[in-house]
Amino acid sequence: MDLESRSYEAVMDRRSDILRRSTGIDYEAYRQGRFAFDYEAMMAGAGYSIERARQVQAGANVGNTPLLELRNLTRLARSVSPAGRGARIFVKDEAANPSGSFKARRAALSVREAFEKGYPGVIAATSGNYGAAVASQAAASNLPCIVVQEVFDSRGVGQPEILEKTRACEAYGAEVVQLTVGPELFYVQLLLLEETGFFNASLYTPFSVAGIETLGYEVAEDCRKATGKDPDVVVITHAGGGNVTGTARGLAKAGCRGATVVGASVDLHGLHMASDRDFNRKSFTTGHTGFGVPFAVWPDRADVVYSAARPLRYLDRYYTVTQGEVFYMTEALAQLEGLERGPAGNTSLAVAFSLAGELPDDAVLVVQETEYTGAGKHPTAQLTFARENGVTVRRGDPADDRPGEVIVIPERPEQVRAREVSLEDLRRSYLRHAWQVGGADIGVVDKDFFTAELRLDRERVDSILRDLASAGGGT
Amino acid sequence: MARGGPDTVVARPGDWVLVYSIVLPPGGRAPAVPPETQAVPLEMRVKGFLVDRAAGRAPARGDVVTVRTLSGRLVAGTLLDVNPVIPPTFGSPVAELLAVGPELRGRLGGGSWT
Repeated sequence: MDLESRSYEAVMDRRSDILRRSTGIDYEAYRQGRFAFDYEAMMAGAGYSIERARQVQAGANVGNTPLLELRNLTRLARSVSPAGRGARIFVKDEAANPSGSFKARRAALSVREAFEKGYPGVIAATSGNYGAAVASQAAASNLPCIVVQEVFDSRGVGQPEILEKTRACEAYGAEVVQLTVGPELFYVQLLLLEETGFFNASLYTPFSVAGIETLGYEVAEDCRKATGKDPDVVVITHAGGGNVTGTARGLAKAGCRGATVVGASVDLHGLHMASDRDFNRKSFTTGHTGFGVPFAVWPDRADVVYSAARPLRYLDRYYTVTQGEVFYMTEALAQLEGLERGPAGNTSLAVAFSLAGELPDDAVLVVQETEYTGAGKHPTAQLTFARENGVTVRRGDPADDRPGEVIVIPERPEQVRAREVSLEDLRRSYLRHAWQVGGADIGVVDKDFFTAELRLDRERVDSILRDLASAGGGT
Repeated sequence: MARGGPDTVVARPGDWVLVYSIVLPPGGRAPAVPPETQAVPLEMRVKGFLVDRAAGRAPARGDVVTVRTLSGRLVAGTLLDVNPVIPPTFGSPVAELLAVGPELRGRLGGGSWT
């Protein structure tokens, strides 16, 4: 391939073709308007009902993880709450999956799809647990695998958590392409898809999201078995949106429609995700607002044409916690429950602990994941690295936490306080983005699509769009 | 494989090595990246088994070589390291975390908890 056809612009121009070939999905068939597409038809078109997804996962030794009651964390929450408050806290121990996280569920369906359609291998562009999950599932299917990761800053310093993911992928026999900071991860992925003809095991295909529906389904089933009722609240760590979307869809498919679906992200406000300077000033590489907010307000920014992960369709509430609060709860989980997990997967645990104290003591709150821990990602590794990169680590009030500058480990459990993010603001941001990229093209079908995307009535959508029009889209 | 000081790394065919290349030059990055990222190249590091040798001698750090990766691809790049160390560690003990366990256990009381 000549140099010109490898330029960033030239490759991005070929994006739609490459994605169609590498996913086997004809995204154009679902297009309805400038923005609108038939989301449910796209999900159904993937061909993975709950039954089939469970069958594929069972065949891959994925899923059916235990739901554990966190009795001591519940006691701790009650000890800092008014009488009669303090929900029972349960956690779905997803670390029990083959690659140590719920991502095995997504990978199982993606790799199965690649295998059945005869692709010669699989590629995933991800710096998180999903890479190891795809590598693990590919290994069990004897398919070659490439994982593209964003690992280093321009000094050549690697984020420890991502270096651990590199190691894990290689342990499962995958090739890892390690890149420096930047969103061009997807550009490199496109080049590799062209070069190899491999399947694009994207996080954002219907296969990937259908793989998580089984998790929501099991949460409902397990909870009924353990408590005799549906969960009142399910807390889900939110980054790219697949975890929230798949879990909520799975809960609904299990007939559990009353549970409040809560998203949880680590607060990394002020740190730019594509910044060479900010890259190594964060201690969490996923489950944070740097993904959670942009992927909520504009899901179609990933390595597919239409993302199957659409969190604003499913979120009832959205909270953030600080890095220090998650490290504190990670320590609490190890010390009080004997479960050494995470830390990134414990973002939802930190939010759950905070919410438990607001709920009645007969309420049931489910944290729907744990993840494995290891060198690099462990709190000691991350805090050592933070200090080496000029970040202050101290005890104190989490309200004083400043991403990239100060990590504050709480002094007392009552200081763990989740902060609510306004979903109304996120919905407005979504519409502002739509207005900015194609305001003049928004048609009736798009407006109807927005009502489903944002869970707003048509009148409210029209009113926000009118405000944007009169303000020139910039408010 | 032989490993001397930092500048005397040499590799033999079949060695597990790390190679480096520049994918996009400064200024040729994605339009949306912030200035500090636009000012530096997009760099790539790939590991594989060395498949060739420079004419007449074992390749050393800085030579352009080809590797076969774990997925079976042939990739060319500048030799950076031979048998690279697996980098992640658990870091150092963190006093601020060491204190948390005893504090919380103290709150819940000793002995059997349930």
